[in-house]
Amino acid sequence: MTTLNPFLSNDTNVYAAGKLPSYLPGVLLIASVLVSWVLFAFAGRGQDEYQVNLIVVAVAGVAIFGVLLFGASFRVEGRRRAVDRMATFLVSLALVIALTPLFSLIITVVSKGVVRFDSDFFTLSMRNVVGEGGGAAHAMWGTVLMTLAASIISVPIGLLTSIYLVEYGAGKRLSRWIRFFVDVMTGIPSIVAGLFAYSLFEILLGPGTRVGISGSVALAVLMVPIIVRSSEEMLRLVPNELREAAYALGVPKWLTILKVVLPTSIAGITTGIMLAIARVMGETAPLLVAAGFSNNFNFNLFDERMQSLPNFVYYSYIAQGSVPEAYLDRAWAGALTLILIVMVLNLGARLIARAFAPKTNR
Amino acid sequence: MAEENGGDAASLTPPVARVKVRVGDRVFYGSARGAGTFILVTLAAVSAFLLVEGVPAITADPNDISLLDGQNFWFWVGPLVFGTLWAATLALLMALPLSIGIALFISHYAPRRIATPLGYLVDLLAAVPSVVYGLWGGVVLAPAIQPLYSWLGENLGFLPFFAGPASGTGRTILTAAIVLTVMVLPIITAVSREVFLQTPRLYEEASLALGATKWEMIRTVVLPVGRGGVISGAMLGLGRALGETMSVAMVLSATGVVSFNLISSGNPSTIAANVALSFPEAYGLNINALIASGLILFAITIVVNSIARWIVDRRQEFSGAN
Repeated sequence: MTTLNPFLSNDTNVYAAGKLPSYLPGVLLIASVLVSWVLFAFAGRGQDEYQVNLIVVAVAGVAIFGVLLFGASFRVEGRRRAVDRMATFLVSLALVIALTPLFSLIITVVSKGVVRFDSDFFTLSMRNVVGEGGGAAHAMWGTVLMTLAASIISVPIGLLTSIYLVEYGAGKRLSRWIRFFVDVMTGIPSIVAGLFAYSLFEILLGPGTRVGISGSVALAVLMVPIIVRSSEEMLRLVPNELREAAYALGVPKWLTILKVVLPTSIAGITTGIMLAIARVMGETAPLLVAAGFSNNFNFNLFDERMQSLPNFVYYSYIAQGSVPEAYLDRAWAGALTLILIVMVLNLGARLIARAFAPKTNR
Repeated sequence: MAEENGGDAASLTPPVARVKVRVGDRVFYGSARGAGTFILVTLAAVSAFLLVEGVPAITADPNDISLLDGQNFWFWVGPLVFGTLWAATLALLMALPLSIGIALFISHYAPRRIATPLGYLVDLLAAVPSVVYGLWGGVVLAPAIQPLYSWLGENLGFLPFFAGPASGTGRTILTAAIVLTVMVLPIITAVSREVFLQTPRLYEEASLALGATKWEMIRTVVLPVGRGGVISGAMLGLGRALGETMSVAMVLSATGVVSFNLISSGNPSTIAANVALSFPEAYGLNINALIASGLILFAITIVVNSIARWIVDRRQEFSGAN
C-alpha cells in the first residue's frame, strides 16, 4: 500500500505530511530511465538494424525524471520546495555533465595508450621510421631538456621577484607595476610566447632559427608569472615574528631571508614550482613555433630543431603517414605518457605541500 | 655614575644612526630588484619584438604575402578575430552555468568528505595538457557528436545556428567550443568555489532561520556575495579560451568563413589555431603576417584580462562585508 500510493500514506504521519518520501527521487529516476528505454525501443520496432542509443535513452530518462520530480513536488510540497528540488537536481546534473568528458578522456587515453606503451616507445626515436615501430625517446629527451632549461631561467627570476615584492617592495611604485604586469603576463596566450621567442631568436640569429633554447625561453615566459604568484603567497604566510626575532638577534636582512624566511616557506615554493613545471610540460603551441619538429635525437639546446612530447603527439595525429593506425597508436601512447608525467608532478606537489605545510599558530 | 650613564645613553645613538651597509644586503636587494625589473623588460620586449616582426606584414604589399591571397591584411585577419571571439564566447556560455553548478555542489551540497576529492578531480581537468584534449576531441568527441548535428540540422534547421547542412565529420566550431568548455570549466569552478566558500556563515544561517529553502538561501546570499569572484573567474576562463591553440587546431576543420552556423562544415578559424597550422610551412613575409595576427591576439587577451582585474578591484573597494 505504501509503495503504491506515497501521497496518501504520508497523511498518516503528521510530521512527514506535505513532504515527498525520501525514497521517491531514487524510484522516480529508475522508473524514468526504464520508461525512456521502453519508449525508444518501441519507436524503432519497425526498422531493421535499429539499435537503441543508450546515451539518448539516458538523456531522455533524466529529462523525464526532472519533469516528474518537479510535478510531484509541486503538488505535494508547493512551489518553493519544488524549485528547491529543481536546483538540487540541476546542480548535481552539472557535476555529472562535467565529469563525463573527464572519465571518457581518461578511459580512452589509457585503453588506446597501452597499445604502444612498450620498451621501444621509450628507447627509440622516429629516425627512418615510416610505418609501424619507432618511439618517442627523442621527444621525451627534448621535453626534459627544454623544461629543465626553462626552469633554470625562470626559477631564479620568479623567486627573486617574489622576494622583492614581499620583503622589499611594500608600498613602492615599482612593486605595484611588477604585480600588475605579472598579472598581464599570466594572460599571455602560450602561442604568443612562442611567437615572441621565435622573433627574439630571428632578430638575434637570423631568419628561420628554430632551436631548443628558443623553446625554453618561450616556456620560461609562461613559467615566470606562475612562480611569482605562488611564491609570493607562500612568502606572505611566513609570520612576521620570525623575521623580527632574527633582526633582534642582529642578523642582517639578506641572511634573515635566506636562513629564516626561505626555509620556512620552501615546501610551498617547491609545490608552486612543480605545478608550474607540470603546466609548461604539456605546452605544445610555443614549442611548435619556437623549437620546431624533429624525428631525431638532439641533445644540444643551441643547435638544430628539437622535438618535444606534446609536439610528438600533435604531429603523429596531424600527419598520419602510410599506416595511420601506427601513427595514432603512437599519439595515444604519447598522450598517456604526458598525462602520467603531469599527474605524478601534480600529486607530488600536493604531497609536499601537505607534508611540509608551514606551521602557523592559527 | 650618573654622568657615565648619561654618557652611555648619548653614545647609544650613533650606532643606531650609522646603519652598517653590508655587501650581502646590497647584492641581495639589487638582484631581487633586478629580477623584478627584468620581468617588466621582458614584457616590453614581447610587445616590441612582436611589433618589429609584425608591422612589416601590415605595411607590405598584400601580393607579396601568399597567405593573404592578394587581400588587405585586415580582411585576412578579420574572420580570424571573429572566429576567436565566437568560439570563446560559445565556450563561456556553456561553461559558466556548468561551473557555477559544480562550484555550488562542491561548496554547499556535497558532504565535506566527498567535496575535497571532487574538488581535486575538477582540478585534474585543468592539469590535462591541451594536446590531449585536442586528440580526444578529434578522435572521440567529433565522431560521437556528429549524429546530434545531423538531428539538429534536420529538426532545428530553421534557426540560423543550426542551418546546416550538417558536417559529416563533426569537426565543427561547436565541437571545438565544447572542448574549450571542458578546458575552461576548472578555471571558473576553482575561482567560484573559493568565493562561495567565503560567504559569511552567519548570513547563510540567518537566511535559513527566516525559513528560506536551501536554493533561496543560495540565491539571496551566496550568489550576490560571490558575484564578483564568478565574473573574474569567467573573464580568466575567457582569456584562456581566446588563447587556446592546440585543441582548436586539432578539432576544427576550418574554411575561414564568417558564419554563425554551428554545425556545418564551413567554419571560421581562430587566430591561435591558424598560427599553429600555418607556421611550420610559412616562409618570408608569411611569418610576419602570422606574428602580426599573434600581436592582435595578445592585445585582445590583455584587454579581457584588464577588464577582469578592474572588476575584481572595484568589487574589493565596494565590498562592505567586513
